[in-house]
Amino acid sequence: MRSPLAHLVLARLRESFRQPETIFWTFLFPALLAVALGIAFRGGRPDPSSVVVVPESGYVQLARSLGSDNAIRAEVLDRRTAELRLRTGRAALVVIPGNPLVYRFDPTRTESHLARAAVDAAIQRAAGRPDPVPVADERVTEPGSRYIDFLIPGLLGMNLMGGGLWGIGWSIVEMRIRKLLKLQLAAPMRRRDFLLSHILSRMVFVPLEVVPLLVLAGLLFDVSVKGSAVGLLVVVTAGAFSFAGLGTLLAARARTTQMIYGLINLFTLPMFVLSGVFFSTGRFPDALQPLIKALPLTALIDALRAVINDGASLLSLGPQFLVLGLWGVLSFAGTRTLFRWS
Amino acid sequence: MNPAVSIVGLVKRYDRVVAVDGLDLTVRTGECLGLLGPNGAGKTTTIEILAGLLAPTAGEVRVLGRRWGEDDQALRSRLGVSLQESRFHERLKVAEVVSLFRSFYPRGRDVRSVIAEVGLEEKAASWTSRLSGGQRQRLALACALVGDPELLILDEPTTGLDPQARLHMGDTILGHRSLGRTVLLTTHYMEEAHRLCDRVAIIDRGKVIALGTPAELIATLGGDLVVEVELASGSVEDDAVRSVEGVRAVRRSNATILVTASEAHVTVPALLDLVRGHDAALSHLTLRHATLEDVYVSITGRHLRDA
Repeated sequence: MRSPLAHLVLARLRESFRQPETIFWTFLFPALLAVALGIAFRGGRPDPSSVVVVPESGYVQLARSLGSDNAIRAEVLDRRTAELRLRTGRAALVVIPGNPLVYRFDPTRTESHLARAAVDAAIQRAAGRPDPVPVADERVTEPGSRYIDFLIPGLLGMNLMGGGLWGIGWSIVEMRIRKLLKLQLAAPMRRRDFLLSHILSRMVFVPLEVVPLLVLAGLLFDVSVKGSAVGLLVVVTAGAFSFAGLGTLLAARARTTQMIYGLINLFTLPMFVLSGVFFSTGRFPDALQPLIKALPLTALIDALRAVINDGASLLSLGPQFLVLGLWGVLSFAGTRTLFRWS
Repeated sequence: MNPAVSIVGLVKRYDRVVAVDGLDLTVRTGECLGLLGPNGAGKTTTIEILAGLLAPTAGEVRVLGRRWGEDDQALRSRLGVSLQESRFHERLKVAEVVSLFRSFYPRGRDVRSVIAEVGLEEKAASWTSRLSGGQRQRLALACALVGDPELLILDEPTTGLDPQARLHMGDTILGHRSLGRTVLLTTHYMEEAHRLCDRVAIIDRGKVIALGTPAELIATLGGDLVVEVELASGSVEDDAVRSVEGVRAVRRSNATILVTASEAHVTVPALLDLVRGHDAALSHLTLRHATLEDVYVSITGRHLRDA
């Protein structure tokens, strides 16, 4: 084998696979994160609401009626302790018996509202209020609509971003610091081969970042890919390409590891928050939405969720491919003009 | 025959610092030329400009008859370069690194034979992180040799090596030159420059201040012997020493008087007479061959090591 490009790719892969850190960050870390989050947000009944009843007249009766509702965990505590529990978030609601009966709670806490509704219903019902409309609950726990189903594509996207930026950016800057880049250019390595070798070796890594996590998610949490494998492959490749471009661009000028470390974090941390890895991007104000949609990680995760959770066809993912393609192409163009070769 | 390298009026200026300041130099095809000078003299900058890794501020540089900027890739494939302080991938094996460098060249030598030539056969399957400093230098030399270059450019190839490793490295370099190839190297070891180089260019503050074969350079001192004299008591003026028969030059280094001469049997007895005549007492007298260091000191007034 004589091709310098093949040699460069091989060197890159050998260097990576002989590094225990690579194995940890590529395989172990995402798997551990998925397992931890999967367990933390597993399905099943939510915890009962923590409620404190203050011992004023009539509290025994009241506590008893709350105690029979298993969505409520009621305790009787003196006023000071009750206030402390409320302030520190250990109680969602404080109930003060009397006429009128008083509910004390923080209106900005969702669980306080839940607790208030549950407690009030229990008290009113115990006092004889009829429920004129009959209701039945249907609990949705089937695969495809749980938090873990939402989470796995987010983790995949995060993984692909991290792999591209750290895997390529860090490696290029290291070679520059070691003066190895200079030496190989003198040798004479072609610039195009050098950049291509980083992209190609990324493409070898990508299946290793995606497949084990999906298999694990399937085995442990019954998460399945609804869309086609080809569709998934195309989305993943587009994402990897886009982040490979960004990785080379961020490394284009940096001459110290501190610099590249800062640049990558500057880029990735906002996207961890904004791009919907752990929670829906819908939580951000409408004014921010166009910006969020233009981020490469948002585009990648949206496309992954569409394929994995909804079984969407590639044709419906035009906007996401456009965003990923633009980031990739513009990054490579920027790399060409900015790259510091010596 | 065309020169392998010709440099005319080379200048390299960084923001405030002038690293190379009007350097002229010709390297003949087939010779081994050494750039000798202290750290910061501009050797590395000159090397990197020659290797096409750095653009000069001014001046004319031709390497193997070509200018940089015409067909760089073709020119590079005729050079072998090793740079100071370049560190290889830690988790690649020696043979993998040399094969990688071999792949960059359109033609070149067998990887195994080059590894054998630099004496790394036993380490061929070791990660580069497990090599000693000297072994790393040899690996760098192997990478420079593997393209079978017409011009081998080595920046400080033997710095930090133990004497035996330095000898081995020197033999490898001489072996390449004996194939009719040209070698340009930098060093601040004058014995090494003397042993390896057909000609030596002494560089100081970005300029060539002396150029010639080691013997020619030493001959500029007027004699190839140096008598070092130390006095236990009393003193002798330089002028008095200078008037002694056979003395070509006199200089001092701390308490030592260094006398350049050509004939020991004439000058040494005369010096002893002079010391006695001044009522001074001798504590030490050494006779040795003049070195390139003496040449450097006589031109600049400074030592290579503390320049």
